[in-house]
Amino acid sequence: MAVSAQHPGTKADHGVVIEIGGLPIEVQTNDAGFERLLRNRYGNYVSPRTARYSLSVDLTEVGGIDADADTEVWLEGDEWRMQRGDFRARWSPAAGQGQVSQSANPYAIDSVLRIVHTLMLADEGGFLLHASSLVRNGKAFLFAGVSGAGKTTMARLAPADVALLTDEASYVRNLDGHYYAFGTPFAGELAQPGRNISAPVAALYLLHKAPENRIEKVDAATAVASLLRNILFFAHQPQLVRRVFEAGCAFVDAIPVSQLSFFPDQRVWDLIG
Amino acid sequence: MSDIYISQSAEIAARTLGEETVIMSTADSTVFMLNPVGTAIWTAADGTTPLSQIVEERVCAEFEVSPEEALDDAKAFVEKLAGHGILLISDSPVSGGGSL
Repeated sequence: MAVSAQHPGTKADHGVVIEIGGLPIEVQTNDAGFERLLRNRYGNYVSPRTARYSLSVDLTEVGGIDADADTEVWLEGDEWRMQRGDFRARWSPAAGQGQVSQSANPYAIDSVLRIVHTLMLADEGGFLLHASSLVRNGKAFLFAGVSGAGKTTMARLAPADVALLTDEASYVRNLDGHYYAFGTPFAGELAQPGRNISAPVAALYLLHKAPENRIEKVDAATAVASLLRNILFFAHQPQLVRRVFEAGCAFVDAIPVSQLSFFPDQRVWDLIG
Repeated sequence: MSDIYISQSAEIAARTLGEETVIMSTADSTVFMLNPVGTAIWTAADGTTPLSQIVEERVCAEFEVSPEEALDDAKAFVEKLAGHGILLISDSPVSGGGSL
């Protein structure tokens, strides 16, 4: 599969370092307008640091892929390949470099960044999770669930002393055996990026709307199964799946997981923190 | 009816936690959670023990259920798991089964 990229040997004119979860990736482009778009979109996640990783973006019309095609990610040799209707990309974990061929829209690079981050996180026992995450009293609380379960609602209902990390995709890293949640620019219905901060994870709540507010501990198997069902999986590659499975089990060993039945008003936050 | 033999697929990741088991297909990342009866059958799926014997020794001996009902339920259960590629069914013993 051909993937166009910056011409070998020529350096892109513009580079924007986007640092999510403490992992800086320089997105390189020759297009000044696209650079402005990136700086606008990623705001507080644009970093002055030197990046260990890079993605070289070639803006072009991507042909040969169904415009409505779902994201596909697969391993080819030592490189990950990924494509959707609006992009083709490759990522070399060993080099920490990749190339993206995409139309000039922010959604394509956003998806590529999510995929690359999930691949990097999997190597260290972390993951991206369908969950909102918020910080209270220096501790991060994760609220997981399918669409409509209440991820964004929990963020909307949060009192003033609570900081939003994300209402859509929680970024969880395992650093020396301790789990931390990081803010992300990946916004859901709230259409608001999270604060670019991190905090140790104190609890994972599985959301369930109910007439009253209640927290009930769930057994380990339910916790692992529920967690795994909410982890963002882009690639169904056996080694990667096994790593993520083990990461899910290790997370449940370390972090309390409960079902949070909640009535959607602010009183639910009396139970949190 | 002749007996059948079941073995765990190599294309999975699995962990038994308490009396339940979580299984993930490495082919499509689908997650399954087995209850105690399902776990009893799963852990005995060594490719060499007939399903009827597994049901008799691991299900009927541990859970209050008739052998006929248990075997019917077990067959439906293993066929469902086999449909997702996480359990292999054979009409003869399989050497090297239970490849977790």
